[in-house]
Amino acid sequence: MTAAQSSASGRYPAGGDAFPHRSLLGIAPLQTHEILYLLDEAEQWVELNRRSAKHAEALAGLTIINAFFENSTRTLLSFEIAGKRLGADVVNMHAATSSIKKGETLIDTAFTLNAMRADGIVIRHGSSGAVALIADKVDCPVLNAGDGQHEHPTQALLDALTLRHALRERSQDCQDFNGLTVTICGDILHSRVARSNILCLTALGARVRVCAPPALMPDAVEAMGVTAFHDFDAALAGADVVMMLRLQNERMEGQFIPSPREYRHLYGLTGSRFRRAARDALVMHPGPMNRGVEIDSEVADLAGTSLITRQVEMGVAIRMACLDVLTRRTRGVPGWARLAERGA
Amino acid sequence: MKQQRPLTITGGRLVLPDGVSEGALRCVDGRIVAVGDVIPEVEDEVIAARGQLIAPGLVDLGVFSVDKPAFHFGGITRAALMPDQSPPIDYPSRVQFTAYSGKPDLWVHPLAGATVGLEGKALAELALMREAGARGIATGRRWIADSGIMLRLLRYAAMLDMVVVTHAEDGGLAGQAVATAGEMATRLGLPSAPAEAEALAVARDIALAELSGARLHFRQVTTAAALDLVRAAKMRGVAVTAGVTPAHFMLSDLAIADFRTFGRMSPPLRAEADRRAVVEAIGDGTIDVIASGHDPRGPEDKRLPFVDAEPGMAGAETLLAMVLTLVRDGVIDLARAFALLAGNPARLLDVAAGSLMVGLEADIALVDPERPWIIDSNKMAASAGNTPFDKQPAQGQVTGLFKGGVRVG
Repeated sequence: MTAAQSSASGRYPAGGDAFPHRSLLGIAPLQTHEILYLLDEAEQWVELNRRSAKHAEALAGLTIINAFFENSTRTLLSFEIAGKRLGADVVNMHAATSSIKKGETLIDTAFTLNAMRADGIVIRHGSSGAVALIADKVDCPVLNAGDGQHEHPTQALLDALTLRHALRERSQDCQDFNGLTVTICGDILHSRVARSNILCLTALGARVRVCAPPALMPDAVEAMGVTAFHDFDAALAGADVVMMLRLQNERMEGQFIPSPREYRHLYGLTGSRFRRAARDALVMHPGPMNRGVEIDSEVADLAGTSLITRQVEMGVAIRMACLDVLTRRTRGVPGWARLAERGA
Repeated sequence: MKQQRPLTITGGRLVLPDGVSEGALRCVDGRIVAVGDVIPEVEDEVIAARGQLIAPGLVDLGVFSVDKPAFHFGGITRAALMPDQSPPIDYPSRVQFTAYSGKPDLWVHPLAGATVGLEGKALAELALMREAGARGIATGRRWIADSGIMLRLLRYAAMLDMVVVTHAEDGGLAGQAVATAGEMATRLGLPSAPAEAEALAVARDIALAELSGARLHFRQVTTAAALDLVRAAKMRGVAVTAGVTPAHFMLSDLAIADFRTFGRMSPPLRAEADRRAVVEAIGDGTIDVIASGHDPRGPEDKRLPFVDAEPGMAGAETLLAMVLTLVRDGVIDLARAFALLAGNPARLLDVAAGSLMVGLEADIALVDPERPWIIDSNKMAASAGNTPFDKQPAQGQVTGLFKGGVRVG
């Protein structure tokens, strides 16, 4: 099977119409069937990644640049592995060693990356909207690996894929998440993971609850189609999935909560508290975890319940799918005509 | 340059404080000497207005840059310059230098920085700056956080009879915010502050103005709650006035979608309900001044991630056209439009201009209020094209401008 052959052809518009975007900047610009398309495309890579020889040649000869303006270990590694397993030449650019420190503007960095003729650029940046700004100035597809407090689309996609697998193993048929209640608890205000997950999960039909102390809850979050809670016990009641987020201390200016101890008292997912959720409830966390603060090891390590390591596994498959789909136009895959304009 | 020859502009529609009437206007030695039923003398230079508006030159209260081509395009003959310059205008010699920087065809009225370095701590030499030509005092882009210092400033300004132009945003609430709290800021993941940050600052400054008897002008009031406070204070007879720029009556925070940095303003764009409240306040007289807030910013300040971009817009060229939309929408009439753009700001700055009255400086704009044009950020007269109205059609343009009876340009 070649990468171009969709494992789910027939359910989607033909060829490039299945995913008519040049870049993946967020979940917000995607239609529900486009989200499902990426999830379906990832299945073949889940399979490949579980073999002992995990290599494909779909992206052979292509250069993928991972430009990380913000520190990252797991996401960078995940994208690097994804690119390499697809046969691409992967280069990592770390902000710490880049000319950003020398005063170069983001736009100049974008022009520089573009001049190196990358076939795909994966970008993480500390400012909301920065990735879209770069995408507008380069000729190749751009993948948002997290921009400020805005979006982290591959995280939301990998979470959806993880959830889908877990539900299927319980022999629940789930093309989508209709009827599923997901509680996201933690620093919603500063979390791009929360925003992308809210968009993705609600698009797929889940009922989403968000839970945070007032200072860490964004204004008018209900407008995104979720129910907001300050009381974690109430937010947990009957939830099918509990997604915990860490406190993003690096994004906080000033004091948002009195102390980690008090935060844990109100919002820590302890074993006893977790029992308020639905009987077969699943636990997720995008990592890195602060054990003993937002989540107790007792819950985080619960086999069959905790999907946390599975999320990491699915991350590679999702990123392979995104790299594959987004480079099809460059690779001249039949049916994937080039898009007319930048930023489409 | 002094006016060499008497000038009569005939056959126009005079925009007078109490309404529009057909007639002519004669200027001698830089002053208006006759308005209305005027016959040109033999020695006069005669200009036929051909039915266009003969209006006072605009007095732009609170600009951040002296940008003559943009001001002249927009019909602005006087601009009150904010002290937020580099270095700040907080010292008499800087006031004096700035006051001459636009002459003869643009008069710059420096606003004295209220505190040294605009840091909100130590009062600057306000009386000496007044001597040097400052026509008012301004706190700068930020408010003065310490209420004790603000009260001392207002008392001192009251003694000097100078208007104090303040920025109404509670600094603690506003913090590092770049947007108004609400759905848009939440979706974009931008640091935001509640709109109430403005009402808090307005409430405090009104209380202190009442206590001190100072003349207080809020450069921009952009929320319903703060406008209610201003309205109530005026009813009580407090010497408070309010201004706004077109961005806040034309646009809501929808304009920052897709992280458009040309929509990054200070204070930030508000919710639609607040935008409507601003329009209503212009109509009912709560708002006294509409200014451009002219702040041209090139790509090095605007082509950045939203949080890192500088706030502000190049507004001088579009100021008049945007105010004329309010006239066409029936919110205000032409006389009131020019009171907002010229008469009221001139009164606040205490300069002998801003309306077509005998004895005042002959700062005249000929305006074709219907002339259509397209706002294009690539073809602006301003030193940078950062306008949120890019590619929008507009109506109304200045076709001739006179400063002290001398044709500009």
